[in-house]
Amino acid sequence: MSATSNASIDLFQEQILAAVKNKTPLSIEGGGTKSWYGNANSYAKLDTRTYSGILEYQPEELVITACAGTPLKEIEAALADKNQVLAFEPPHFGERATFGGAIAAGLAGPGRISAGNLRDFVLGARILDGKGQDLSFGGKVMKNVAGYDVSRLLPGSMGTLSLLLEASVKVLPRPAATASLRCNITQARALQLLNEWAGQPLPLSASCWIGSSIGGNGELTIRLAGAAAAIKAAIPIMGAAVNASELDPQVASKFWAALREQQLAVFSNLNSDETLYRLALPAACGTLAFQNVNGDIALEWHGQQRWIKAPGDDATFTSIKALASAHGGHATRFKQGSNVDSGTQRFTLLSEQVHSTALEAVQTRLRTAFDPAGIFATSRLP
Amino acid sequence: MIPMNMVTPPPELAAITALQSKLVSALRPILPEHALLWEPEDTIPYECDGLAAYRRMPLAVALPETEEQVAQILKICFAMQVPIVPRGSGTGLSGGAMPISQGLVLSLAKLKKIINIDPFTRTAVVQPGVRNLAISEAVAHLGLYYAPDPSSQIACSIGGNVNENSGGVHCLKYGLTLHNVLKVRGILMNGEIVEFGSLAPDSPGLDLLAIVMGSEGMLAVVTEVTVKLVAKPKLARVIMASFDDIEKGADAVAAIIAAGIIPAGLEMMDKATTRAVEEFVHAGYDLEAETILLCESDGTPEEVAEEIERMTKVLEQAGASGIQISQNEAERLKFWSGRKNAFPAAGRLAADYYCMDGTIPRRNIGTLLRRIQGMEKKYGLACLNVFHAGDGNMHPLILFNGADQEEWHRAEEFGTEILEACVELDGTITGEHGVGIEKINSMCIQFGEGERESFWGVKSAFDPERLLNPDKAIPTLNRCAEYGRMRISGGNLPHPELERF
Repeated sequence: MSATSNASIDLFQEQILAAVKNKTPLSIEGGGTKSWYGNANSYAKLDTRTYSGILEYQPEELVITACAGTPLKEIEAALADKNQVLAFEPPHFGERATFGGAIAAGLAGPGRISAGNLRDFVLGARILDGKGQDLSFGGKVMKNVAGYDVSRLLPGSMGTLSLLLEASVKVLPRPAATASLRCNITQARALQLLNEWAGQPLPLSASCWIGSSIGGNGELTIRLAGAAAAIKAAIPIMGAAVNASELDPQVASKFWAALREQQLAVFSNLNSDETLYRLALPAACGTLAFQNVNGDIALEWHGQQRWIKAPGDDATFTSIKALASAHGGHATRFKQGSNVDSGTQRFTLLSEQVHSTALEAVQTRLRTAFDPAGIFATSRLP
Repeated sequence: MIPMNMVTPPPELAAITALQSKLVSALRPILPEHALLWEPEDTIPYECDGLAAYRRMPLAVALPETEEQVAQILKICFAMQVPIVPRGSGTGLSGGAMPISQGLVLSLAKLKKIINIDPFTRTAVVQPGVRNLAISEAVAHLGLYYAPDPSSQIACSIGGNVNENSGGVHCLKYGLTLHNVLKVRGILMNGEIVEFGSLAPDSPGLDLLAIVMGSEGMLAVVTEVTVKLVAKPKLARVIMASFDDIEKGADAVAAIIAAGIIPAGLEMMDKATTRAVEEFVHAGYDLEAETILLCESDGTPEEVAEEIERMTKVLEQAGASGIQISQNEAERLKFWSGRKNAFPAAGRLAADYYCMDGTIPRRNIGTLLRRIQGMEKKYGLACLNVFHAGDGNMHPLILFNGADQEEWHRAEEFGTEILEACVELDGTITGEHGVGIEKINSMCIQFGEGERESFWGVKSAFDPERLLNPDKAIPTLNRCAEYGRMRISGGNLPHPELERF
């Protein structure tokens, strides 16, 4: 570590201790590209970007260790240089996205359905807790069961547990080959096929269905990734089932990137009084009927992640939450239009889930253990 | 294998007997007669798990048959403040299920129903006592299987797998238990039923499933597990490559990964192991090789052909002195037979063996092996090295004679030094066997006071009274202070408080 990096950690520690003293929570932020995600707050910011840089990267170890403030694109460029990738494909949502921000948000892109969630890839973390203590958990190896897996508690914690300083994540080789197929089929047929394919030894790596929620054909795009021979063998099997055509590789790669970054038409043009809702659902969940949906809906992860645009009021969110919950999932107000009340609760609460009420107390005690003074308790994540 | 000793009655015997009869009378009304054991001749099989060197008699053993009974047992013990040691199949290698003298052993072995198999969503819902291999067997006709395959998979239970975050020979490609479990239903120490994770890709709030994985029975008692099933590969073939130098073999492992290949399995055995197992399984291993690599490819026939060709090229370039590729399933199993039988083969060479489980970055494999060679001389004990080379998880098997107290002491010190070397080489003291009671002192070396204090914070968040398996995995500050003093003075056994054989 360079002297400057230590200086920035010292500064973080000072900020934390001052916050404890003044009882003023800190809102941790990297590039601010996801500042709209999660519950709003107006607490003072702690900018992680002063602690930046790749600390260790040896391609044959399949691990990269970097500071939280490192630009995500810097990480991805270093990996690309060695023909490796972050297989969970974290969305950037802007040029300034950081490594730490991606981990704290815990979001994953199209590859999540085959490669796993972001937390599956986290191997270790160095943090400053709410007392300013410099702590390290996990490590830089694939298998490690020494102590509780605290580093995997951080993904998706939205900075409400501690300040992430550094993380080690597992990386994977870029697939030897990829191909994308597209066809027009109904949502029900797409859900059926995707689940059937996923249960066969086929190199299915991602899927996206975009269409109307009230029926009719939509556009299904699937991505195959793996050994060239496996893809060559799979294309006729999968293509023939749905009369699909293969996409030009450049068109395909632009499509998957635009899907990950939510730049497709189905995500954009959010009206000022609307909200983009995210539903996380079990694989068994079939077609859902929504009310007041504006335009097309999008299904990713073989239907396990669904996006709809609908009015941003509490009543609409309540009905969407109820629908998701009835199917064993949950819903989030992912992104809100400019006229929607910014003070809304964006997430499904533990108390709204089956067999989760007791976990509220566990979660509160966990937060207190890492942050006794509550300086990271920004309510960004309930 | 390891001789049993007589259990000497501790001084507080009267108090223990009183507590025992109080506990037994509290549990009797809620359990069938055969599900509650307290006579020494009935509870003695539970005095240790797969790590037979550490043993202790419990107050009683409960073998509930329903989730409801588990919840009631927990509520009763919570009210009585009696600690609980959950237990699966008892195959653990770190003493994680070793009883507590004033506690109850809670065996989940009778909860062994496969509740549901859903081929469409590729999931199975099973009770904790279901054996790992039983899941794959139950879904084989659907072309599916449960990927993590610890060596003990024929006997170990899924509840135990969750608590140890078990791996196996295929975890480099298919992941650990963590990556293959969607949801865990469990009961907190106070008797409340909770669910961690969900069938959806994520859940509200903090990711508590992630922290329950590998928590060694200290956070909740698992009563139901929903596992992910994956499509069974159509074909698997394995390359057996010999190297005349350990470092060359270690470098070949790195070269495979650097070439962008993730083998389905990548295992290594040293010369001593190869010789020991060859005598046992007659697999035709190259006995002159300093090290042997087993490198497996699975998938469609086209995929496997392509990958085997790429792997062969890399291994040749890495200086393999011999390469054999399995031509059929029988031959593939034959090549693997030695690796799978390394432990029993070690058992033939010596009265006892002590299995270590450190994990290090792949680049340090050669360094660690050289150091272990030095330690063999220092401690005057032989060591077989088999390991999951793909993920740097080493299983040195230290050979010793347990009947000789002094030799066992040396074996323990040998093991501790290997673990210290693993930490120093940027690794960890345990990759998949867990800390349990065995490596609790080494936790003082891997983690500082702040981290250990945080672990206790996590423990208390789930179990504020610290009644669930409280003496395992996380050392108290006192223990580490004691251990520090002991290391300086250079004497004493690692666990002076425990019964010895």
